[in-house]
Amino acid sequence: MTEPKIMIDLQNVSKWYKDFKVLTDCSTQIRQGEVVVVCGPSGSGKSTLIKTVNGLEPFQKGQILVDGISISDPKTNLNKLRSRVGMVFQHFELFPHLSITENLTIAQIKVLGRSETEAKQKGLAYLDRVGLSSQANKFPAQLSGGQQQRVAIARALSMDPIAMLFDEPTSALDPEMITEVLDVMVELAREGMTMMCVTHEMGFARQVANRVIFMDQGKIVEDCTKDEFFNTQRGERAQQFLDKILH
Amino acid sequence: MNYSWNWGVLFQSTGIGDSTYLHWILAGLGWLLVIAIVAWSIAMLLGSILGIMRTLPSKTARTIGTAYVTIFRNVPLLIQLFIWFYVVPNFLPAPIKSWWMNDLGAHTSALISASIGLGLFTAARVCEQVRTGIEALPRGQINAGYAMGFSTAQLYRYVILPQSFRTILPPLSSELTNCVKNTSVASLVGVAEIISQMKTISEYTQNTIEIYTIVTVIFIVINICLIQGMNLLEKRLRVPGLIAGEK
Amino acid sequence: MEWLTAFLNDLQLSGPALWHGFTITLKVLVMATIGGILIGTLLALMRLSSIRVLNLFAQGYVNLFRSIPLLLVLMWFYFAVPFFYTALTGNYLTIDTALVSSIVAFMLFEAAYFSEIVRAGIQSIPKGQTAAAYALGMTYGQSMRLIILPQAFRKMTPLLLQQTIILFQDSTMVYAIGLLDFFRTNYVRGDLMALLTQYILFAGLVYFSVSLIATYAVKKLQRRLTV
Repeated sequence: MTEPKIMIDLQNVSKWYKDFKVLTDCSTQIRQGEVVVVCGPSGSGKSTLIKTVNGLEPFQKGQILVDGISISDPKTNLNKLRSRVGMVFQHFELFPHLSITENLTIAQIKVLGRSETEAKQKGLAYLDRVGLSSQANKFPAQLSGGQQQRVAIARALSMDPIAMLFDEPTSALDPEMITEVLDVMVELAREGMTMMCVTHEMGFARQVANRVIFMDQGKIVEDCTKDEFFNTQRGERAQQFLDKILH
Repeated sequence: MNYSWNWGVLFQSTGIGDSTYLHWILAGLGWLLVIAIVAWSIAMLLGSILGIMRTLPSKTARTIGTAYVTIFRNVPLLIQLFIWFYVVPNFLPAPIKSWWMNDLGAHTSALISASIGLGLFTAARVCEQVRTGIEALPRGQINAGYAMGFSTAQLYRYVILPQSFRTILPPLSSELTNCVKNTSVASLVGVAEIISQMKTISEYTQNTIEIYTIVTVIFIVINICLIQGMNLLEKRLRVPGLIAGEK
Repeated sequence: MEWLTAFLNDLQLSGPALWHGFTITLKVLVMATIGGILIGTLLALMRLSSIRVLNLFAQGYVNLFRSIPLLLVLMWFYFAVPFFYTALTGNYLTIDTALVSSIVAFMLFEAAYFSEIVRAGIQSIPKGQTAAAYALGMTYGQSMRLIILPQAFRKMTPLLLQQTIILFQDSTMVYAIGLLDFFRTNYVRGDLMALLTQYILFAGLVYFSVSLIATYAVKKLQRRLTV
């Protein structure tokens, strides 16, 4: 059986911000259908790393290939590439001046060139999948945090992405709402979506992750399967982190 | 105190044809509105473009915007109008210059220079409001827009500008009232707007207090109408659930 | 170049008159700023007071002066100052009507704008400060004078200075009532000597330079104060 193709390929990615080295030689591959959780203490660079994947954060050294296409190649149509990779943000970032339906359809229409009917059909279908059909005509400010984040996930899915990036999707949510968002993410994982998630939610990792990446001070320190990460002895920093976060 | 009161001064005949002073005031009001509309249109169009330019990644665009604002905000309005009326016509190319000096009536040329001058002056102020509005938008919105594959132009059009303009409606409305008040300066380059008419009528009739009061009241009424108009606009454009400035 | 040399030659002759005009501008500017801030502070306090009459008066004052053009205010006072002087004293005003009336007009006009700045400054001081002052037994007057206003003014200084720069530019409007400030002196001389273009541009350049330098200085001050 051939291995599924590599969707996201980071090769020796390094990033400096003035004199400060934010990322040092980060390398990893994420294959189709894999769910990879990236964790680590704050300041470890995990948010920065995930933002380099779709070019929101530039980097000075190394290469990143998404579905075989290099991010930093000047010939690459970066906008087109971004439209094929979905991203969900910590602060949801729905567009507050647009209704929920418009949030779901605007990029489909303007970036992918779909017709309004097609875009609405798709957007509302995903809205239904995340359980929020009734909110279609409301505006983001009228929804709770958990609802907004689910809409954000539906918005990203409406673009039919080849992979989904999650940047601390539940960190800004009240505890009661974390579950509703994680449930959506778990279902997504079970359906075979390629996912890269920066998160502190180790329960989610244990449930659906294939691999766990642990970062510390800009470096990838651990990159192993979920079982290896949780059940075997890892390096000192990772152990410290696990002890604090699991107890 | 020997002052003969005459509150009916507006209904007095001017002695010229069968017009009353009321006609003069209305004519003055008319010219005020003409200058205000032309100047504000120039200001909104040019000011928005300049404001956007000051936020673009291109250094050239930013420099042009900054240079414009620096010049037009540091020269007093009166001097700017004088320059447009007295100085610039001297430097026009010969055929246009002769048309301007000879064929165009004195009032029309004053009207044109005053409208352009006020428009360019106000554009600098609108530019700063637009720039502030754009810069006030949280970085996350821009990231979300790019993450969905929007190009920079699409980002401005669908994400940044709709939100920024709503934010700056209150200060923009005060710029509008300033623009209308500033039309009075046009009287000093020879436009027969309302202040100019007021001066003439008071010289003719000596009923200074009455006519000054009437014109003051007219300005107060104009101001109230503008503010109400802007409030209405704000209400219509308001996003449900969102109070300006909050998230 | 003839265009320029003729101007420069004349400038040597008109120098003293231009300088005098500049001192007039400065007089108006300084008096209007000081008076404007004093009256503005008073208005701000009235606007924040719980005594309804004072509150409404201050609101009405500020709204009135902010809805009418400066030019109209200048013309009003140019008429009203000698009028009321004569009505009250029976004598005719012998001093420079234009200068006195424009200073009064500017003071009262700018006070409306200064009062909004001062009011915002006072409101930005945390309520806890007033509470602490009262808890120590201070009166309203003492708490304002010793605790609130000093803090508020430190915060507002850049904004007050910016408003002063605006005042400096607005001072050119005294042209309308014939006061020979710096700009009008330039205009009159230029018109007289058929060097109008040059003098207008020169005046524009002077106002531009002064405003630019002053704005830069205020920005630097703002940076030092925020640290």
